[in-house]
Amino acid sequence: MQARFAFPDLWNEMSRVHDELSRLFGRVTGNGLRVMAPAGPSVNVWDDEHNVYAQADLPGIDASKLEVFVTDGDTLTIQGERVPLVPQNAIWHRQERAFGQFMRQVSLPALVDPDKVEAKYEHGVLYLTMPKSEAAKPRRIAVKA
Amino acid sequence: MSEQALQKRETTQLTRPTETSQDVTLTPRVDIVETDEELLLYVDLPGVLPQDVDIRFEQGELTLCGRRTPQTKGRPWLWEYEAGGFHRVFRVTEQIAADKITAEMKDGVMTVHLPKVEAAKPRRIAIKAG
Repeated sequence: MQARFAFPDLWNEMSRVHDELSRLFGRVTGNGLRVMAPAGPSVNVWDDEHNVYAQADLPGIDASKLEVFVTDGDTLTIQGERVPLVPQNAIWHRQERAFGQFMRQVSLPALVDPDKVEAKYEHGVLYLTMPKSEAAKPRRIAVKA
Repeated sequence: MSEQALQKRETTQLTRPTETSQDVTLTPRVDIVETDEELLLYVDLPGVLPQDVDIRFEQGELTLCGRRTPQTKGRPWLWEYEAGGFHRVFRVTEQIAADKITAEMKDGVMTVHLPKVEAAKPRRIAIKAG
């Protein structure tokens, strides 16, 4: 009968190790794996003909204290602070969510116009729309004979 | 014909990010604290709408699951997360008033209140002077 309990323990241990690994090395995707959500703000960036878009997961943030800026036309910086909101005299049983100051810097696929960046914070996600600068749009170069 | 088949396969591989998003089951990050009255769970669920969350409490097990709808449509450049399903189960040993469990969602954080049954709450015992 002892053996019956060995398996769940092993499984718990394996998923714990897996959680640790995905925390250290980032996400492991595919194969229907269970993946621990990343602790820091993860960012997706994509573009189309006119704009570069970014989406950052920032749950539980005071949006008025978020700082977003673009430098050199193609470096996006997002910084802010996440403050824990926990009732006083509470006993902690588990803490997995990260708190404190954070800063993320990502390079963009094209030059954008820093003055025309639009930002929106909704359901704990920061959405950015950054119009590409004229210089970044494709141009036909005439080749001299 | 075989060339066509190959082309078909390549197209499928190119669009794979959208397909794999169906496979990934995310384990959301959770904080659990306890007060005299209740157990509190704080769950990070950025981009998840309240109507896409399912919370169940059955035989001492709290199950949180749901889905995040992907919103992107352009050419990916940096890809750090996939929208998809999430799932998490907790065994709760404390005696919980199951009919009084509530949850709310704000700025991508879900708070689940698990009130203790009266019998499980700490009680101050008055000592009679002798």
